[in-house]
Amino acid sequence: MSTWLRQHWQTFGLTLRRLARNPLATLLNVMVIGVALALPLGGYMLLQNLSSVSRQLTRNPQVSLFLALDANKADITALEGRLKQIPGVRALRFISREQALHSLKQSEDLSDVIAALQTNPLPDAFVLETGGSAAELEQLEPQLKALPKVAHVQLDSAWVKRLESLLELGRMAVLVLATLLAGGLVAVTFNTIRLQILTQKDEIEVSKLIGATDAFIRRPFFHLGLIQGALGGLAALAIVYLCMHVLNRSIVELAQLYGSDFRLGFFGFPDCFALLAFAAVLGWLGAYLSVSRHLSGIEPR
Amino acid sequence: MISFSQVRKSYRGGHEALCELSFGIETGELVFITGRSGAGKSTLLKLIPAIERPTSGTVLVNGQNIGSMRRAAIPYLRRNLGLIFQDQKLLYDRSVFDNVMLPLAFTGHAYKDAARRARAALDKVGLLAREKANPITLSGGEQQRLCIARAVVNRPSILLADEPTASLDSASAAEVVEMFRSFNQVGVTVLIATHDEALVQRLNPRVLSLRQGRLEQ
Repeated sequence: MSTWLRQHWQTFGLTLRRLARNPLATLLNVMVIGVALALPLGGYMLLQNLSSVSRQLTRNPQVSLFLALDANKADITALEGRLKQIPGVRALRFISREQALHSLKQSEDLSDVIAALQTNPLPDAFVLETGGSAAELEQLEPQLKALPKVAHVQLDSAWVKRLESLLELGRMAVLVLATLLAGGLVAVTFNTIRLQILTQKDEIEVSKLIGATDAFIRRPFFHLGLIQGALGGLAALAIVYLCMHVLNRSIVELAQLYGSDFRLGFFGFPDCFALLAFAAVLGWLGAYLSVSRHLSGIEPR
Repeated sequence: MISFSQVRKSYRGGHEALCELSFGIETGELVFITGRSGAGKSTLLKLIPAIERPTSGTVLVNGQNIGSMRRAAIPYLRRNLGLIFQDQKLLYDRSVFDNVMLPLAFTGHAYKDAARRARAALDKVGLLAREKANPITLSGGEQQRLCIARAVVNRPSILLADEPTASLDSASAAEVVEMFRSFNQVGVTVLIATHDEALVQRLNPRVLSLRQGRLEQ
């Protein structure tokens, strides 16, 4: 056991020294793998952030009821009474057309436009929350539409649903991209190991002649694939992190305009670790395929 | 220790390198295999570490049958043999010392122990002072001695040398042969293939003379 560990440790050190001896080739390989992994990884990061936004939105789904413009005070009171009777309605808020206009005037960009209006074009509105899920809210929709003087019912959940299905599409796209580029990573490693086997042809031949087992000869190539994969994964994380920083500068500005403090967040430690492990395993796989294919061809004569 | 019985080896294309070869070598013997080039000397030596397998007949090395040996068992057979090649097969991407360390890398020696053994082997062939040099900077005789150091570092019980003096001047050749004799004196079985008649006469050892793949006696 200790011999086995020592041999692995020695091989690991040897592989690192070999990589360091060819810094440019190593850097290029790692960059190729890093960029290939960064594409799906970046997509995954955006998706995760959007999902968290969508989760926040669905936590308290709301319905806005816009009333007909000719609704009078009596209509509104009657409607409020009927809304309160609907089972499940937890919060009910009335926003008069004057209030709505006032809050619009607050926003700098629109105040000029509002001032130019001669009459108030905005309707009165009710905003109600049920505390239930978006689906429950949807069941309520026909009932709300049928109420007198209700001109339009706007469900938050409708566009949350659209966002959700868009996210689902995005997830599929990322998955497809990740699968393709994982194949690319295996291919890159396969080729690197092939070249490495060719450069070390003499050493492999001599080692076989003086009694090295196949396992011993394969080991450094597995290490090489593994290390190169993991370094590529690290590069991918760095690339995505840098891109996130650059994007966040614009995103924070944009979000402030909407009164939100939204910004892109990075992966937690478990996700980073999983990616590194995934990349390392793919590198190992490429090495395994390459070694199985190329090493048996080198037999001393 | 080594026994050939009715060994035939033919290569693809029908060329028959060895034909009905039978002989035995005891532990501690020093044996020369002579003959013109193409007589089958190298093929004979390649059968012992299972670099080649016999077409028919039996080759036994330390009681193991080379013809039916599993591929996975071959490395362990070779660790007990010291091989010195005609083309030396040194690695020029590392130092003299690291060349000798190579066979110890996969036998599970701790680094300190391995380094001590490697230096002892280099000392035996008189190359200890050159341990940091690249083998390419060594003279022909020194390269051959390095090859010997690498072959003996694992303390094999059998040394096989294919034309070890072919590219050496007579002084270096004499040194190399003297080394083989000293290993033989401490009990190592030594097989040397050569076409150098002068070398054979000087030592007066047992000689297996090959002609067209057959023993000449």
